[in-house]
Amino acid sequence: MAPTLGTDVSSLPPEGAELARGGPSRRSMAPTLGTDVSSLPPEGAELARGGPSRRSMTPTLVASRTTLPPEGTVPPKGGLSAERSSSLLLEVKNLRVSFAGKEVVQGIDFSIAPGEKLALVGESGSGKTVTALSLLRLVQNAEISGQALFAVPERPVVDLFSMPERALCGIRGRDIAMIFQEPMTALNPLFSVGDQIAEVIQLKRGLAPAECAQAAIKLLADTGIPEAERRARSFPHQLSGGQRQRAMIAMALACQPKLLLADEPTTALDVTLRGQILDLLSDLQRRNGMAVLMITHDLNLVRRFADRVAVMENGHIVEQGLVADVFAQPQHPYTRKLIDSRPVRDVAVAAPAAAGSAPVMQAHHVRVAYPVAIPGFGGWFKSGEFVAVKDATFAIPPGKTLGVVGESGSGKSTLALACLGLLPFSGQLQASGQSWSRQAARNKAIRRAVQVVFQDPFSSLSPRMTVAAIVEEGLLVHEPLLSPAQRRQRALLSLADVGMDETQFPGLLQRYPHEFSGGQRQRLAIARALIINPSLLVLDEPTSALDVTIQKQVLALLQRLQRERGLSYLLITHDVDVIRAMAHEVMVMKDGEVVESGTALEVLDAPHHPYTRVLVSQV
Amino acid sequence: MANASLSVSPSRRAWQRFSRNRLGFWSLALFSVLVVLSLFAEVLSNDKPLVVRYKSEFYFPLLKDYSEKTFDGDFDTPTDYLDPFIREKLSQNGNWALYPINPYGPRTINYFAKEPNPSAPSRDNLLGTDDRGRDLLTQLIYGFRLSVLFGLALTVIGVVIGVITGAIQGYVGGKTDLVFQRFMEIWGSMPELYLLIIFSAIFAPSVALLLLLLSLFGWMGLSDYVRAEFLRNRQMDYVRAARALGVGNLQIMWRHILPNSLTPVVTFLPFRMSAAILALTSLDFLGLGVPPGTPSLGELLNQGKANIDAWWISLSTFAVLVVTLLLLTFMGDALRDALDPRKADK
Repeated sequence: MAPTLGTDVSSLPPEGAELARGGPSRRSMAPTLGTDVSSLPPEGAELARGGPSRRSMTPTLVASRTTLPPEGTVPPKGGLSAERSSSLLLEVKNLRVSFAGKEVVQGIDFSIAPGEKLALVGESGSGKTVTALSLLRLVQNAEISGQALFAVPERPVVDLFSMPERALCGIRGRDIAMIFQEPMTALNPLFSVGDQIAEVIQLKRGLAPAECAQAAIKLLADTGIPEAERRARSFPHQLSGGQRQRAMIAMALACQPKLLLADEPTTALDVTLRGQILDLLSDLQRRNGMAVLMITHDLNLVRRFADRVAVMENGHIVEQGLVADVFAQPQHPYTRKLIDSRPVRDVAVAAPAAAGSAPVMQAHHVRVAYPVAIPGFGGWFKSGEFVAVKDATFAIPPGKTLGVVGESGSGKSTLALACLGLLPFSGQLQASGQSWSRQAARNKAIRRAVQVVFQDPFSSLSPRMTVAAIVEEGLLVHEPLLSPAQRRQRALLSLADVGMDETQFPGLLQRYPHEFSGGQRQRLAIARALIINPSLLVLDEPTSALDVTIQKQVLALLQRLQRERGLSYLLITHDVDVIRAMAHEVMVMKDGEVVESGTALEVLDAPHHPYTRVLVSQV
Repeated sequence: MANASLSVSPSRRAWQRFSRNRLGFWSLALFSVLVVLSLFAEVLSNDKPLVVRYKSEFYFPLLKDYSEKTFDGDFDTPTDYLDPFIREKLSQNGNWALYPINPYGPRTINYFAKEPNPSAPSRDNLLGTDDRGRDLLTQLIYGFRLSVLFGLALTVIGVVIGVITGAIQGYVGGKTDLVFQRFMEIWGSMPELYLLIIFSAIFAPSVALLLLLLSLFGWMGLSDYVRAEFLRNRQMDYVRAARALGVGNLQIMWRHILPNSLTPVVTFLPFRMSAAILALTSLDFLGLGVPPGTPSLGELLNQGKANIDAWWISLSTFAVLVVTLLLLTFMGDALRDALDPRKADK
């Protein structure tokens, strides 16, 4: 096997020795790990790789150059001769997938050479996942047409779409394997991971049970899971998210497939784990010489991982080519839009007068704990507690944004709920000079000052209420004396503030949330919060459920509202890019503790705490 | 973006999907027609004429009881309009009477039948008579009405109690939920049938008593579903957002959670109703149901069992019961499909 070269040292302890040997090459790889690939000469990036991978890469380069002009136009149909397709591992021609007459993939062509890493990138609904699933005919109730020629050396070329189901079963898992976005649902909760991997080996390679179990442990060890022997006996819920994804990868690689379909393999993971899993995938890909088709929406990931990229929009591939070429000179407007979608820092400068006045929200040693059951006899009499936020002290000045960043389980969302008075907490928390009371009636004024926008735009609007009912609700509580006509007027104003009006959406007020897209729903949620003129908005991951281009628009809207209305934000997010774009000050949380805080640029550019450093370096 | 024609509420969309299911839609139409017709049973099937013109005066026997002497009879008793003597009086000298299509009431005994009871279908009694000489068609019409109204009442009471208790358990949660759940387990394990037998021995049987007893046990199944929906919906972000706005608990339950929790309630409605009709029929069959003399499907089935050679009793009752339950089941299926969020709009 080839020595692993471009792997991050910290992520893979077992490979440490090999990495030390690969020192010089690693240094030459370093720019690829950074975010800015466009400065790299494309040839150099490829050549920096190790010997065997370079050999396997060469046909790719030739193939991609000849079949794909730099514009990324679709290659001519049926013009590929037999010998050229023999140098390709997979060649998809004019793939069309439709559900009940609705075509979601509209005639795409792409190819993958052996050992090549192709990224299929696009926003949700662009048809990228359906494309991957249809290659193995795993989509239900879909009509698939076109050709997918799959060529393994010393075996006849087969068309995945026309071959019989039984034969395809032989290819699934053995020649083409797949890993999914959410390992918790992709693994069977009733079997240990070792058993699940062993099952694949037994099915596909027909080894004896004892050998299968041994092979499973070795595979787990290869993916960097410590104590592989013990972990093989663990059930999926006993593993951490990263370990689960490693187990999934081990399972996919059980039969050393020629092609790995990776459907958003890192999206469900925490930021700090994403890099590790990606490095692991690159490393295994190079060692096994397999090709990878990576489905993703994340351009950072494409830059870091792939050789070639195909950009999908609405069921079409609008552009494909080498990663460096596409990023340096995007040809199609949609590709340009995607690349430009990285949020831009545009924070409001608070007026000097406002800067001097009292903070909108002030927290002093806030601590939030949940009761949890104590196992055993002791649990009969008392309950333990889980401290989600240990000790948070902060102040949000008027017109400014405090960003709270951390990964899942760090307590940042709990802190948001406490700030909204929706969770009991200890310590002091004041907003607009008032504290939260246990009696709901006393909280009216403070509720008016602090409003919230949640992450998921699909669960944050009641599906059975009209836009008018949703947006006007706050007025019913806080300004009950308004007449229906006045309420309507205010609702329209508030909607206009977030960029939605009746000329755009006829009958806007009478519509229901299901008629709006994610970004539009998030605007509705903001309008609902703004209608009672709060001074502080708690934004709990306001854009993480949105596509990148929409995320940019919503962030721009929030920035504008802050500037116009002098709003303060408490911005909760896991995304350092969003913090960088929005926040004046930042607070980094880990396991319920505030590990670092300060002004945004200081913390992000010169992080002190090791955790912050990891977080910032992952972007 | 969606055009304006898409701007329909979720319940309207569900209705559109329901009406596209032809079996369910026509079942609903037919069932509604049958129920409406049975509501006017007195006009369709009665032993009193709708209008009587006697000696240049109008009489409305449906609304008012007239003594036989009004029509120059011999006794000061309510008129028996089936008596050939009275009939003769009412058809002489320009007098006339407009009879309903089926001239028998629910308790009318045809003393003038040509055959012994139960008599087979004939021109006088289209579906024959039962073993007491009452017209079978009349019994079926009134029995159907009683069954449907009873089923409807039991369903409504069960839904109201079930939704309220389920909502409280699900929304408040914690100890309230725990106590309620244990209470329901105890309550639900009481032997319902024996209680009914005991109660029917203590109290005089009546429809109201039956309704009360069945309601005491009928709400629990639904309560569990509503509780689960409330538990799920109360932690949705839209509820949190409403709490952050300062909306009160009752308002949150009423405006936000309830409309989103009604899917299981609506889905189960037809099935609950057919279960209620079946329960009433079974109890009547066992003789534990409605008071004797009340037209009921269960009692007719019992008669059919007792008079096995009078095929018209068991066969026609069975047909009415099967059609009713089948219509309700078809409606329920269509409703379930219409409300299933996983089924795409076509």
